[in-house]
Amino acid sequence: MIETIKPTEAELKARRSRSIAIGLALGAFVVIVYFVSMVRMAPGFFHGGS
Amino acid sequence: MVDKDAVGDAGLRLSEATAADFIALLKPRVMSLVVFTAFVGLVAAPAEPHPLVALVAVLAIAVGAGASGALNMWFDADIDGLMRRTRSRPIPAGRVQPGEALAFGLVLAGLSVMTLGVFVNWLSAALLAFTIFFYAVVYTMWLKRSTPQNIVIGGAAGALPPVIGWAAASGTVSVESLLLFLITFLWTPPHFWALALFKADEYGRAGIPMMPNVAGIPSTKRQIFAYAVIVAMAGVLPALLGYASAAYGLAAAALGLVFVRYAWKVLVMPESDRSMAPAKALFAYSLFYLFAIFTAYLADAIAARALSVAGA
Repeated sequence: MIETIKPTEAELKARRSRSIAIGLALGAFVVIVYFVSMVRMAPGFFHGGS
Repeated sequence: MVDKDAVGDAGLRLSEATAADFIALLKPRVMSLVVFTAFVGLVAAPAEPHPLVALVAVLAIAVGAGASGALNMWFDADIDGLMRRTRSRPIPAGRVQPGEALAFGLVLAGLSVMTLGVFVNWLSAALLAFTIFFYAVVYTMWLKRSTPQNIVIGGAAGALPPVIGWAAASGTVSVESLLLFLITFLWTPPHFWALALFKADEYGRAGIPMMPNVAGIPSTKRQIFAYAVIVAMAGVLPALLGYASAAYGLAAAALGLVFVRYAWKVLVMPESDRSMAPAKALFAYSLFYLFAIFTAYLADAIAARALSVAGA
């Protein structure tokens, strides 16, 4: 018989909180990278500023 | 579910750290000051980066500052647990494991520097990397526990964000941005020594050689006053050197005079005053001073730009 450890309610709740935060942060990062890449690849970017 | 016999009991439990605990590792209050001073440097610089690129620069600087905070909390967990002010932080309170904080800090440090380098410019990225290194290694690991000049030298890390912001916008480091560095650098000792005066017993218990614990309270009060006079003079330098208007100069002079007045009250504070009310008042005012003088500089830079556009 294999003895197993079951996560407690508090552990599951904390993991869910971390998972949501990681998901939101990664999603925001992808969106930022996409749009900044668009801006930087726009014609004239390297001549017009930044 | 996990096979307990196969891997043993230790370390099997899932972490109970919530997202809020990881956000606390970033020291959000310190981060807000860093973001603000970096933003001022970015807007005041003589360049107009694309708004999205500017936003990414501010975000990357904020995350880099947060990474420094996480690395600081990882290394200082032992002494944080000894002080009332810091013992509820995520690591000493047992909610976050030291290894988790270290990994979190290192990943965010790398990510923020690379993001700034790839999407903004490599000068600002290099400055951010240096700031993180200086705060986490030079200040936290070395100076903080070894010399009462810890926050004087370490203050350079907190003073660099406006220079990073300036470099992010313009790709250069100029005299103006170094003046913003100088104001913040000179502001740091009276700010932290005011705190160290009314927290001297806690710092002593943790074995941190803050100025009041090493040189004594009378010497610390004299040094606070000297630095207050110097920072008040540094505050008006941008106007005296022609980088800001007379209106900014007057505002900076008034803010500086009030700073000196608060420091004077600390200087003449009786030895018997255990409540240390003047030191607490100086600590609160010093936060307002930095915010106000950077706001004045920002307003002045925006007004100068608007006037030049109107006159063109």
